[in-house]
Amino acid sequence: MARVVVDVMLKPEILDPQGQAVQRALPRLGFEGISDVRQGKRFELEVDGPVDDAALARIRELAESFLANTVIENFDVKVEDLPGAPGDAPAATVTAGEAK
Amino acid sequence: MTVRPSATATDGSAGRPNVRIGVVTFPGSLDDRDTQRAIRLAGAEPVPLWHKDRSLGQVDAVVLPGGFSYGDYLRAGSISRFSPVMGTVVERAREGMPVLGICNGFQVLTEAHLLPGAMLGNEHLHFICRDQKLRVENAGTAWTTDYEAGQEIHIPLKNMDGRYVADERTLDMLEAEGRVVFRYAGDDDSTGYPPTEQASPNGSLRRIAGICNAEGNVVGLMPHPEHATDPLVGTGRTDGLPFFTSILRTFVEGAAA
Repeated sequence: MARVVVDVMLKPEILDPQGQAVQRALPRLGFEGISDVRQGKRFELEVDGPVDDAALARIRELAESFLANTVIENFDVKVEDLPGAPGDAPAATVTAGEAK
Repeated sequence: MTVRPSATATDGSAGRPNVRIGVVTFPGSLDDRDTQRAIRLAGAEPVPLWHKDRSLGQVDAVVLPGGFSYGDYLRAGSISRFSPVMGTVVERAREGMPVLGICNGFQVLTEAHLLPGAMLGNEHLHFICRDQKLRVENAGTAWTTDYEAGQEIHIPLKNMDGRYVADERTLDMLEAEGRVVFRYAGDDDSTGYPPTEQASPNGSLRRIAGICNAEGNVVGLMPHPEHATDPLVGTGRTDGLPFFTSILRTFVEGAAA
């Protein structure tokens, strides 16, 4: 079993008032030196079976047509090895490519 | 633009064609009943449609009403876009059937790519509910022929995700092709929130309140014409009624031609 993570972010040119509200609150909370905050969405998909090229292609299609609206958002698909999985590799991430 | 006046029956009064306008109910729709009522007030026959049905019956046009759909849990309109009824609405819209999306319906139309751009949360992050002045920019669509270009109207605006965005190229194309149908008008900042994009109440780019597709049969807007069709309620004006008389005229004149 593996986890595939889909990160969805507003495109850089799209105004993000939620991120701005978070950024404006930071000095009040004692966090200095952070000039910009942008807020996005992270989807963690637990995949049954191997995450091969075909499975990744389907997940990319899902991200492009549903999880993200590519008119306003970019997305990024990553495979995460879960701790305790066979081989017990340290949580390495493989970037499977970014949307244009 | 091309419309197919499939309505040939008459309602018996002055031999007027019986125009049937479908109103889709999604799980979470709020304004489907008001929309049906507005259609009846205009003299057409409202036909309730259910999101799980692929069939649109014998309707001549479809309205996607305001409210919510499937909770809008991911993005407003993103899940309803895949509902069975939308498969048929998209197909028929591409063939020329008039479709009007109001508020959540507009969000569904952008998610379904029947209209360009996308809707995001209001720039000031607050829900907004007020009477809104609009300027009619295009009185040539299937849904706006009973207005005049340049006319100013007041209809209610109530939304959380009303910020229309698109890239500059798309915005320029919409303007060049006359596809901005309504713009937020007036300089009043009665929202009480910080000024937004050129004083549009929700930060919509270029103050865009409504747009149409290239053919003019698909129109979407954030404000709610169906809430301004009876002098007794809402704004006390009937500035929204021409949407529904326009579509009736589209078919009556189409049938007479």
